[in-house]
Amino acid sequence: MSAAAIRATGLTKLFGAQRAVDGLDLAVPRGSIYGFLGPNGSGKTTTIRMMLNLISPSSGTVELLGEPMPRAAQRVLPRVGALVEGPAFYPFLSGRDNLVRFDAADTRSAPATRRARIDTALERVGLAHAATKKVHAYSLGMKQRLGLANALLRPRELLILDEPSNGLDPQGTREVRSLIRALAADGTTVFVSSHLLGEIEQLCTHAAVMRAGTLVASGTLDELRSQAVREVTVTTADPDAAAAVLRGRGLSPSIPAADRVEAALPDGVAVEDLTAALVAAGVRVRGIAATGESLEDRFVALTGEGFDVAG
Amino acid sequence: MSQAETAGPTAAAVRPLALLGSELATLFRRWRTITMLSALAAVPVLIGIAVRVAGAGSGRGPAFIGAITDNGLFVAFTAIAVSIPVFLPMTLAVVAGDTIAGEASLGTLRYLLVAPSGRLRILLVKYAACAAFAIAATLTVALFGCLIGAILFHIGPVTLLSGSQVGFWGFSGRILLLALYETVSLLGLAAIGLFASTLTSVPVGAMAATIVLAAVAQVVDALPQLDWIHPWLFSHYWLGIADVLRSPVEWGSFLSNLWLQLGYLAVFGALAYGRFTTKDIAS
Ligand SMILES: Nc1ncnc2c1ncn2[C@@H]1O[C@H](COP(=O)(O)OP(=O)(O)OP(=O)(O)O)[C@@H](O)[C@H]1O
Ligand SMILES: [Mg+2]
Repeated sequence: MSAAAIRATGLTKLFGAQRAVDGLDLAVPRGSIYGFLGPNGSGKTTTIRMMLNLISPSSGTVELLGEPMPRAAQRVLPRVGALVEGPAFYPFLSGRDNLVRFDAADTRSAPATRRARIDTALERVGLAHAATKKVHAYSLGMKQRLGLANALLRPRELLILDEPSNGLDPQGTREVRSLIRALAADGTTVFVSSHLLGEIEQLCTHAAVMRAGTLVASGTLDELRSQAVREVTVTTADPDAAAAVLRGRGLSPSIPAADRVEAALPDGVAVEDLTAALVAAGVRVRGIAATGESLEDRFVALTGEGFDVAG
Repeated sequence: MSQAETAGPTAAAVRPLALLGSELATLFRRWRTITMLSALAAVPVLIGIAVRVAGAGSGRGPAFIGAITDNGLFVAFTAIAVSIPVFLPMTLAVVAGDTIAGEASLGTLRYLLVAPSGRLRILLVKYAACAAFAIAATLTVALFGCLIGAILFHIGPVTLLSGSQVGFWGFSGRILLLALYETVSLLGLAAIGLFASTLTSVPVGAMAATIVLAAVAQVVDALPQLDWIHPWLFSHYWLGIADVLRSPVEWGSFLSNLWLQLGYLAVFGALAYGRFTTKDIAS
């Protein structure tokens, strides 16, 4: 049980000359809800496909639940539920019949309990009423829910979910979040990819950030937050005096507005110490705030996209 | 976790045939399959009605058509003779070309694989489903031929090509034998279609390639200049229907056909295996 739920070592995938995934090292602890973040095209789905033995790595190895892939695939995959690059179904079959087919495709699933397991899975994703409808008549969100039901056809030790809330309405997104929390509370490890930071921040215990095929950060959310570039903003009637005090503390402040001083906050400098120093120097402080601690800023800084936060 | 352990998949029995059952159920519940089988059933019905209305004509037209007015069961023979060059290979090519490429284009292939179904199992199940369709297709033509023949014409003892007579049941046996013969005849083409299907995620492409190959093989088979290649063509025995009507049955061509088809199955099965087990499933 001590082995990581997922361990990737030097995982690399080349598409022609493009390194879609490049030397990825990842360890997903058991019991965690692990967010896998990255902008579009950063290699999240490619990584997940390699984990599930859908595409073979150009180099590197993957272990799922402590067993080497792809050698142990037939033994391990029944214990893993997956949603890869969106749901996919037979449009001419009903939602229920689609699940029957995928359950039959699992050579180790028990037909005796199939009906009950499918009912439970449909119930969990709120699709019980639409189970007999043909999938071609499903909306995007209904298909997404059915995809989740497929991942939950039997109790799993690990769930690998690629953008699970894609296409869901706000209630659906919330339901999926609480579903994932409930599953994690039962001991299931959940590996969930997303390009939506807010979602990962609300849900996950751990996260890894991808950029153009390489891993640029990973760890618990608190670790990631503490690595964030923080900034202190002082609102004051004496900006020059305030800037001088900050400079004296080793910061490099700027004065973007007549009543505001901003500076990057180096490690080891606490905001409360700065407040004391400002007050001691007689600066008339109207407000002081440490900003830039959100994961979003960290994410944007790491992936180099979006607007310039400091500007 | 305790829940996961009591339902422990490692302890559960492995059911290798579950996917086959699901595949057959999916195939034969599809509208496309039902439509194709209905079209095949229409062949003997049309032949029966045409002969009933207009008579058998004077020696022109498909094989055995002149015998229908003597014995209705010949509708089945005529219908199979009419269907084997085009309709049967075409419908089979649709099923075989769709096997892997169809799942790939729907995206369901990745969910079958992570379920998990091993790649070899998927190939075997898909091929078995093609063979099942070939049986269903030839039997549909044969059974509807017998049915319409019995309704529209007189049935009685039949004089075989070698002069001896067989009764109703004996002749029905010959018809079943013919259906079996043509099913076997299609096994090679099914393997070609399966291989074509592993090459693409566009099912129509694999279907078209298979149909074109079936046509080319028959054209080449008709060119005397290329007669050295004829015994190696998968379509070479397709029209050997008359051998089933001899007494005793001409098993020689039956066996040559079987070996030829198994040869195609071995070669294209191996190619499909080589391709599919190393393929990146990126759809
Ligand atoms: N089958 C393929 N052939 C060639 N290139 C591919 C293939 N699949 C993915 N790529 C490339 O690999 C890179 C990573 O793609 P991937 O689908 O893993 O991104 P992603 O992080 O999942 O993005 P998104 O958030 O949009 O889902 C992209 O540049 C993509 O163009
Ligand atoms: Mg993706």
